Amino acid sequence: MSDNVSTLRQPAGSPGIDELTRELAALIVQALNLEVPAADIAPDQPLYGEGLGLDSIDILEIALVVSKQYGVQLRADSDENTRIFASLGHLAEYVNTHRTR
Amino acid sequence: MLAYRAGKPVAAGQFLAEAGRLAASLGPGGHVLNACADRYRFAVGFAASLLAGKVSLLPSTRTPEVVRQLRRFAPDAVCLTDESDCDVELPLIRFPESADQAPAPRAEGAPRVPSIESAQRAAWVFTSGSTGAPVPHEKTFGSLISCVRVEATRLALPGRPAHAIVATVPPQHMYGLESSVLLPLAAGHALCAERPFYPADICAMLAAVPPPRVLITTPLHLRALMAAELELPPTELIVSATAPLSAQLAAEVEQRCATRLLEIYGTTETGSIAARRPTAGSAWRLWPGVTFETRGAETWAQGGHIAQPTRLLDVLEPTGAGTFLLHGRIADLVNIAGKRSSLAYLNHQLSSIPGVVDAAFFHADAPEADAVVTRVGACVVAPGLDAAGITAELRRRIDPVFLPRPLLLVPSLPRTSTGKLPQEALRALAAGQQKAPPAEA
Repeated sequence: MSDNVSTLRQPAGSPGIDELTRELAALIVQALNLEVPAADIAPDQPLYGEGLGLDSIDILEIALVVSKQYGVQLRADSDENTRIFASLGHLAEYVNTHRTR
Repeated sequence: MLAYRAGKPVAAGQFLAEAGRLAASLGPGGHVLNACADRYRFAVGFAASLLAGKVSLLPSTRTPEVVRQLRRFAPDAVCLTDESDCDVELPLIRFPESADQAPAPRAEGAPRVPSIESAQRAAWVFTSGSTGAPVPHEKTFGSLISCVRVEATRLALPGRPAHAIVATVPPQHMYGLESSVLLPLAAGHALCAERPFYPADICAMLAAVPPPRVLITTPLHLRALMAAELELPPTELIVSATAPLSAQLAAEVEQRCATRLLEIYGTTETGSIAARRPTAGSAWRLWPGVTFETRGAETWAQGGHIAQPTRLLDVLEPTGAGTFLLHGRIADLVNIAGKRSSLAYLNHQLSSIPGVVDAAFFHADAPEADAVVTRVGACVVAPGLDAAGITAELRRRIDPVFLPRPLLLVPSLPRTSTGKLPQEALRALAAGQQKAPPAEA
């Protein structure tokens, strides 16, 4: 399973935001065992509630993946947190700005 | 100190003054749904309700359907909230914004602590019955307090020195109510208002309060904490509950955090009744006075702070005087990260949706799978409905953690000739449907 992830990560340079968005979608689908194909998650689709239907257990799971893969530690004590999980695109933007690996 | 908010200490005198003021503004009704997210405000609301002779309502979730049933249970209920976007359909009482920012009243000696009768009904907590209506369980002030006093002893937290208690669980849940609100209040420790979520939040919150520290948490958060590889500030004791911790994770936590890790076993009906240190053995030790009675295949708990004998929904094996082993849930019970329901309740809610002909929830992982979180799936016979519509309707009725993954629309359920629906058959049906190659356009 981890092979799929590593092939998605292109070694050359830092991937563009679109690429990172697709990469995150694949990581989320894999980590949460979702039924939707990663390609079907639109960048502006809400992750919580009515959108992709994720809950706080999933969000913790995503935080774990994001910290492992990109070295980003999410924090809930900022207003940013609601925005980060507003959509896949927002999450990608945040990771792109804060990634250390 | 009675509490910390954002790392700042709150003295007992201020807490009592705030509770007294709030008690006077709770209105004439007899029931308060305490929805405060801030643990300190929750505690003020709980104390104010006690002072005003009102009963706190503590449902595990606040979906529109649950609130509708609560209105039927307690028509005079109001909802105390500290969130601006609270959508609970009850008369709302906003937690007074200024109350906890007001300067503490001048301390004139020790604050006078009001006394509450031990028989006073402090709270109603709820479990999901099998028929769709939540089952209420009464908690008297005396039973709650005597339980957490035992807990304090068993966790070796006698009150001196006073510990700062940080918790990742909500105060409305029995585990959170006891361990993160009542135990600190009853045993002289300080509760922390925040509810850290991410591993980095947990570390920051612990660092914001002075040692000695306690962390009240769950296997889910502990796993995330270990995976994040952050340095936890020195923490004397970590307490885990809601689901059994694997021996491996328990050992890792103790080693990497140089701490003591204890687990608590309890239920909504009984509160906490046993504890163990997983690195010292797998047997649980019951609270003194609490005993088990085996009735056929069922285990009932009684004695101690337990008001009436209560059937436990786990498979338990008594191993001696006051000790037992936990072998897992009984088939009907659903426990997802501490939220509890039953397959029967979930099936009832799903089948009540107009257009659903037949439906059954199932555990998405087989019992032998050692998953940290086991979700539920559902097979639904509902010609004319689509999965998104059914999910939207379910969202109004049940806590989102129980929303089925997957939700499969099927022509019929795999009933046996005797009409039974084996979980294994539902899982196999789901696996077959999911693995089927996508139809080429």
